[in-house]
Amino acid sequence: MFVRLVYESFRRQTRRKLLMAIAVTLGAAVSTAMIAIAVDIGDKISHELRSYGANLLVTPAEDSLDVQIGSVNLKPAGGAYLSEADLPKIKGIFWRNNITGFAPELQTNVKVGGADWTLVGTYFAKKLKFGDQEFTTGARKTFPWWKVNGAWPADDSNQVLVGEKLATENAMSPGKEILVSGRTYGVSGILSTGGPEDGQIVAPLSLVQSLAGKPGAVSKLFVSAVTKPEDAFARRNPDSLTPADRDRWYCSPYPQSIAYQLQEVLPHSHAEQIRQVAQNEGNVLSRIEGLMLLITLAALFTSGLAVSAAMATAMFERRQEIGLMKALGAGHFALSAIFITESFLLACLGGVLGFAAGSLLARKLGQSIFGSAIVVEPVLLPLILAIAVAVTFAGSAAAIRRAVKYDPVHALRGEA
Amino acid sequence: MFLRMLTRAAILRKRTAIAALCAIMVAATASTAMLSLFVDVQGKLRKEFRRFGANIVVEAKKGGSFSPDKFRQIEASVATHGLAVPFAYAVANTTKGEAVVVAGTDLTLARKLNPWWEVSSWPEGPGQALIGVRAAKIIAPNGGRFQLTYQGRTLDLLSSGTVRTGAGEDSRVYMSLAEFQSWTGLQPSVVEIAAYGSSAEVTSLLAALQRNLPGADVHPVRQVTEGEANILGKTRSTLLWSAVFIVFTAALCVLATLTGWIFDRRRDFAIMKAIGASDWIIAAFVAGEAGLLACIGALLGFVAGTGIAAWIGRANFHAPVTPRLDALPPVLIGCVLVTLIATLLPLRLLRHIQPAMILRGE
Repeated sequence: MFVRLVYESFRRQTRRKLLMAIAVTLGAAVSTAMIAIAVDIGDKISHELRSYGANLLVTPAEDSLDVQIGSVNLKPAGGAYLSEADLPKIKGIFWRNNITGFAPELQTNVKVGGADWTLVGTYFAKKLKFGDQEFTTGARKTFPWWKVNGAWPADDSNQVLVGEKLATENAMSPGKEILVSGRTYGVSGILSTGGPEDGQIVAPLSLVQSLAGKPGAVSKLFVSAVTKPEDAFARRNPDSLTPADRDRWYCSPYPQSIAYQLQEVLPHSHAEQIRQVAQNEGNVLSRIEGLMLLITLAALFTSGLAVSAAMATAMFERRQEIGLMKALGAGHFALSAIFITESFLLACLGGVLGFAAGSLLARKLGQSIFGSAIVVEPVLLPLILAIAVAVTFAGSAAAIRRAVKYDPVHALRGEA
Repeated sequence: MFLRMLTRAAILRKRTAIAALCAIMVAATASTAMLSLFVDVQGKLRKEFRRFGANIVVEAKKGGSFSPDKFRQIEASVATHGLAVPFAYAVANTTKGEAVVVAGTDLTLARKLNPWWEVSSWPEGPGQALIGVRAAKIIAPNGGRFQLTYQGRTLDLLSSGTVRTGAGEDSRVYMSLAEFQSWTGLQPSVVEIAAYGSSAEVTSLLAALQRNLPGADVHPVRQVTEGEANILGKTRSTLLWSAVFIVFTAALCVLATLTGWIFDRRRDFAIMKAIGASDWIIAAFVAGEAGLLACIGALLGFVAGTGIAAWIGRANFHAPVTPRLDALPPVLIGCVLVTLIATLLPLRLLRHIQPAMILRGE
């Protein structure tokens, strides 16, 4: 009898039930999508923040001072170097998947037509191998704002990029050749960066190594890593921590711990965060995360209230029905049970549909804004269902309580 | 009579009217909060992005420099649209003969421009200098006094503290521009500018500087400007879509609530019709009532939404979001429109029904 009552109620009052179900579904969909976005936004934005380029710099531990003003390098030759052969080991550290790219650098000064020019060697899009994994890395990934008019040189070629400022001063264009230390090199493109590279020549690393007479040498290594904003714990010295804390520190992607791990794999190196990028991206990231969290709270609150209001109205419409049931002898308990079951069914149905719709929404949104889907964890489903049930009950409770208290006579006469 | 019907109807059916009002209010609150945030947050985020430092650099042509007059001219073009900081560079030698880059700048401005510099203690008096952490190991490993020589002129300096940035600054010595000039006789060759505002404002300042300084190389710091544009654009889209979702849900729930409200009152309409009211009068009556509800709900929601936006601004950016009166008209119009649609559509459905059928309870 109970089941039949509930079933008939759904069958006969399709319009009303549909409205309620739509309200719950929408609320659940928006809640799912917003929670998914709030959870995932940190990850997405930290990948986007890589457009600021490298946030870690590795230098030889015993390095002499840099003597560079603008694009002019006055550092005397000599000093310590990192070994190029060690670089692929970076893909072996604990947070290897957070390293989005790295670019080595070696500078040397050359005479071109009587003037002193600074030649910078780096990887452009070099294929490297570590164990059996292959990956491509270099300046194109690490410095995404570098723009080339012409073509990027291949990493094993004799082609170079000429900085924009140098090119205008010396009337260079892609396809021309320059004479450096008695050998000619092809200019494959003109490089524009808005930084010191505009006044330099950028060439494949191997070419600069042979010109400088330093095979296998690298003087700096720029590493771009996805990190977590640093906090007080991140700034602790790992050697002073207890073993358990040290593990926690080591296994968090703080700029400090990734720098520490880089130092471990690269012999005689010193790794440090580039504070302009690392500090500020942490700041921007926590602001955006905080903002989305608060907006999500506001969205949950809004959809909760809106669904509750819709429920209350729908319940209130049914007082005549309740009056009739009471007149036929239904007790408070039986009445409440029917309405609570109905609300529960509606909430579950709307919750599941809403969850599916919300997941789809989040996925599409992630795809269109960030170019990678926002994946909704299935763990979220029970949470969404719980919220849907709670909100539906909250909306119906007042109406049910009032309905139960009605004198059936008033309700049936339509006076309530 | 019409007015009395409006008010009496609302008072007699307090509960349903309040439920409808609540729904409208929630929708208005959500829309106001999202509208205010959408406009304000971009400005607030831009301020955060200025902590990345200069986004425009003015460099003198090879070997040149900026005279005090020229720098004042640059400062005047930037005016209140940003912060211009001069930098002069020279290569000096330590007592052991090692080369080190010394920079002269306005230290107070440099501190504002580059908040990410980790400085143990800023120079406070004459004769003091800030040393990069790498330079410190070589020049003044124990802190205190050290000597630098530039073209035969030796200067005694006191280290006030160290600066750590993880980049080129770590190998340099920073001192006040006036002392640097009296020591080396060099003028600033680079002016770093943190231009505030939207990308259009930054571009127009860039163009103005290029026009006013034909002898200098004025260029944007692409690393900073492009990164900012990218992140800001994505955040804006996320925010916009969130706003659309929230407002849409709230509007649909208003629709559901008000539709129920109208169906609930079909008896009233049947009686009105039975005693001779035309469809048009009933529609006007419902529209008037709904419009009134919408206006009250929108106003209350506007106040609540402004409050929520202000709270979010304070909680996340530690700066209040200014109330936006220009958000009121769209919120008000939106509320009235949604309410009218939500009430007049079901009314059309009811119109085809004979009053007798409704009164009989069918």
